[in-house]
Amino acid sequence: MLIKKGAEASLFLEEWHGLKVILKKRLSKKYRVPELDRTIQIQRTKHEPHVIHRAKEAGVPTPVIYMVDLAEATIVMEYVEGKQVKNVLNELPTEKRIKLCRYIGELIGKLHGSGIIHGDLTTSNMILTPTGKMVFIDFGLSEQTMEVEAKGVDLHLLKRALHSTHYLYADECFETIMEGYEKTVGEKEAKLVLEKILEIEKRGRYVSER
Amino acid sequence: MVGCMRKGYCLGIESTADDFGVGIASFEGEILANVNHSYTPEKGGIHPREAARHHAKVAGKVIEEALEKSGIKIDNLSVIAFSQGPGLGPCLRTGATAARALATYLGIPLVGVNHCLAHIEIGKLVTEATDPITLYVSGGNTIIAAFEAGRYRVFGETLDIAVGNCLDVFAREAGLKPENGKALGRIVEEMAIKGRKYITLPYTVKGMDLSFSGLLTAAVSLLHEKKHRLEDVCFSFQETAFSMLTEVTERALAHTEKREVLLTGGVAANKRLQSMLKTMAEEHDARFCGVPREYSPDNGAMIAWTGILCFKHNLTVPVEKSFVKLKWRLDEVEVPWVGE
Repeated sequence: MLIKKGAEASLFLEEWHGLKVILKKRLSKKYRVPELDRTIQIQRTKHEPHVIHRAKEAGVPTPVIYMVDLAEATIVMEYVEGKQVKNVLNELPTEKRIKLCRYIGELIGKLHGSGIIHGDLTTSNMILTPTGKMVFIDFGLSEQTMEVEAKGVDLHLLKRALHSTHYLYADECFETIMEGYEKTVGEKEAKLVLEKILEIEKRGRYVSER
Repeated sequence: MVGCMRKGYCLGIESTADDFGVGIASFEGEILANVNHSYTPEKGGIHPREAARHHAKVAGKVIEEALEKSGIKIDNLSVIAFSQGPGLGPCLRTGATAARALATYLGIPLVGVNHCLAHIEIGKLVTEATDPITLYVSGGNTIIAAFEAGRYRVFGETLDIAVGNCLDVFAREAGLKPENGKALGRIVEEMAIKGRKYITLPYTVKGMDLSFSGLLTAAVSLLHEKKHRLEDVCFSFQETAFSMLTEVTERALAHTEKREVLLTGGVAANKRLQSMLKTMAEEHDARFCGVPREYSPDNGAMIAWTGILCFKHNLTVPVEKSFVKLKWRLDEVEVPWVGE
């Protein structure tokens, strides 16, 4: 069953050897030559599970990868049971919301500390499981770098997403996330990243679409 | 609606880089003249001071020719527009000086136009696009932009060199020379048509941003290896660069859900790039709007037309404050006429 069609890949919810799985299939593009199309599909089909694995090493829960099928440019991974943070955040009492945001910040700090840039940090890409575990999904746009610029952009995109979906307490959430972030990466690094975020905002290119 | 809607004409001067262009447009959006004179370096790329010297030399002649073609008397002009940035300092200053002199002499208002904005506005005028995603590709710029909340927002851009610059340097390294008035990019395009074999080259897309420096370095070392046919290297180079451009434009299109894709800038003349974007646009049920060759490279008409849009919204600039802005970003510009 098709559940999402993006610019680059389609997501299907399927049953696979008795397991509920997500099948992520990268789409072939008619505009590019077949050789290049193939190369890009294979590269990205390999890259995503690799980063998902590295995130686990960094201590950030991500879906279990069951299979990588290069010929079909498809990744078969665990369907994570739970709720998207997007749908949870608005329902929570203030105290719990703050706790959750601080936890999110700690996890992002772990990713960045290991040089993993998620590339699409939104509250739809974080799943809260019934046991209270937070699982990060969709590493399709991720990259691996220690550059402050990349970290700044990553967090700025999250800030922008918060403002569009949780505008009532977006600032509070972001501040708390940054507290958690600082707890993991340390005061010095957090300050550098925060300054970078402000600089990026001043450039005006990432101004909110609202 | 502000400003005056009486009949009027605007003369626009473009001089951000190697082209000195003068265009004349009517307030109703009719282009009456579009004359251009290019500086061609004897070898290598653009030398800013040499280009500026060229512009100063041809300015009078090009202005005269544009007036003659338009059939408008100089006294009938109601506003003067010039390209205020972004661009090369000496070149910008030469065009600005000519514009200030004209405005002062005629006693009419002066408008400073953002060069990138002008490319989008003339593109919309001639293709009848209303609210497109724009891919603007030239020697100095590589930008994916769309109108969102009062301004043209930059959704993606190059992190290092512009795609046109990348193409030119590659062509020069390959020993290709501009001939019979054909630009270097055109010669690479013709070579690429004869290419058959795709050789893998670095493909660098970061979210909606692009990087071309790695591609250039790798393509140049392929040339020096001399293991492949030049046609195949040109083909592979072009396929890689243009696929990157099409991918980020597609991402921006999916994100904004616009219905039109506008292609403009000097590199827009490339037929392979046009066909890639058209294929991509059709897959999203969007209309492909390719800006015709007369209005896609740098030209004076785009400055004249955008000058009119600004003038109608009282966005004029006093001569003493008309400094050029070398790094003037598209997303800093107010565009009150969009979405009216």
